[in-house]
Amino acid sequence: MSDSIIVENVSKRFTKHYHRTLKQVTVAMARRQPVTNTFLALDDVSFRVQQGEAIGLMGLNGSGKSTLLKLVQGVMHPDAGSVRTRGRISGLIATGAGFHPQLTGRENIYLNAAILGMSEAETKRKFDAITDFAALDDFLDSPVGHYSSGMYARLGFAIAIHVDADIFLADEALSVGDKPFKVKCMAKLKEIRESGVTIFYVSHAAGSVRRICNRVLVLEKGVLGFDGDVDAGIKYVKYDDDSEGTDDELGSEV
Amino acid sequence: MTDTIKSDGAAWDPEEHARNAATRSAALADVPLASPAPRGGIRGVLEHRYLLTLLVKREVTARYTGSFLGMVWSYITPLTQFFMYIFIFALLLGRGKAIEHFAIHVFAALMVVTLFTETIQAGTRSITRNSSLLQKSAMPREMFPVASLLVSIYHLWPEFVILAIALVYTGWSPDLTAVAAGVLGYAVIIVFSLALGLMLSVSQVFLRDTSQMVNVINNFIRFGVPMMYPYSLVASRFHGHTDLYLANPIADAVLLVQRCFWVPTTSDQQETIALHMPDHLFTRGLIALAAALVLLVVAQKVFARFENKIPERL
Repeated sequence: MSDSIIVENVSKRFTKHYHRTLKQVTVAMARRQPVTNTFLALDDVSFRVQQGEAIGLMGLNGSGKSTLLKLVQGVMHPDAGSVRTRGRISGLIATGAGFHPQLTGRENIYLNAAILGMSEAETKRKFDAITDFAALDDFLDSPVGHYSSGMYARLGFAIAIHVDADIFLADEALSVGDKPFKVKCMAKLKEIRESGVTIFYVSHAAGSVRRICNRVLVLEKGVLGFDGDVDAGIKYVKYDDDSEGTDDELGSEV
Repeated sequence: MTDTIKSDGAAWDPEEHARNAATRSAALADVPLASPAPRGGIRGVLEHRYLLTLLVKREVTARYTGSFLGMVWSYITPLTQFFMYIFIFALLLGRGKAIEHFAIHVFAALMVVTLFTETIQAGTRSITRNSSLLQKSAMPREMFPVASLLVSIYHLWPEFVILAIALVYTGWSPDLTAVAAGVLGYAVIIVFSLALGLMLSVSQVFLRDTSQMVNVINNFIRFGVPMMYPYSLVASRFHGHTDLYLANPIADAVLLVQRCFWVPTTSDQQETIALHMPDHLFTRGLIALAAALVLLVVAQKVFARFENKIPERL
């Protein structure tokens, strides 16, 4: 099996700005207080993912999960080290990105699909599948600003899930829409996973990680703390000692 | 690979999955491992032409949807501006009475100035305005200042329609030189405003004061070009120092576009050129274009240098 994602010694440093205005900066400098400070969001992270693996990326808030996802997606560049991927990347990461409330659902489908990397021909081919999946009924030619929040989210989700990808990223709870829609999403996600697409899923929900993933990475303050089996990984982040009730709730979310 | 089968129906079929993954893997054998970040620069933008057209379309349609008059506004705006200038400068101050078709002189200049100010104004805010999109999606970030330029160019058409009516009415008879001047003038202003738009858009991310500064500068621009006054006035008042005035590429672009639209409407073109056009107009235009192209290369370098820090500062 060939490599799908290779992350080698990746570090990413962010700058914290304590003050922004001229007044604040002058006062801080006069008092000899620091004006900026940097911190490592990711510190020397390395791992390899093979085609078809389903990775669950876990960790507490602020551990660098979203930063790592953005590096794999190509939105950010690492300060040190390298990220390399093979094939087309898509996923539930930019759902509804670039939606313009004054444009119709139809216009927004073309725009959002293009943002996700689809060509015009590809969008046309999948247009009916997308609108069926989103169950927009006769709202297709109304401005998306008039949509209910559920419809808005469903449309974004429907477009994202129809992009042919080799690597599928997800950074959102699969809690879009009502129960029938969730069931439909889960089925679609399974279909994607079964078709040999590499999945990179960021989540706090142990339940859905168990359902989707077959390997877990855990980040701790920017350092890769665990890489391995799903159940051991969930135990490592101590999400397994949640009461069964919580886990069921999370499970019913998807 | 340890595929687990869950009782809730989320069943893996490990064999099928392994088969599919192997098929996909084989299909990707020729695809190299590469950085997921898209190629930047104008070249990167040109690789995403389809997305670029959709972004421009979004800007244009979104601006007028919901308004009763819709696209008619794109005619009303330049027309009212034009009438205001004519009223104040030609009727009130009596300027331009001695100048044939002064209205066309003003309007040709106004088109160039509007293209420039709109491009850098919208371009400056283009990245911060699309921050949510930029943080979520991997696309060349130069896309947004370029889209701002294209939106401004799109809005030239209503102005061309208004101008065309005036040109037919006054009997516009251009020669090849006039057409060449027009093309050169627009090339200068397009390249120059794109270069500035690129740099200002990234500057705005780090220093939100940039857009305020741009507003202040834009106020001066309409006075720094021969729009409400003829170039002959500059030549007589600043005698010997006109090179400084003409070092402004916007002034060169305005003069070139006037050479294209206004000069051929006057009765004695040779005299108009001698009186109201600077010498070596084409040489100056070509130098301005070369300088603008150099600036565009620099702008792309500046953009690439700071682009890495954009997502964390939005």
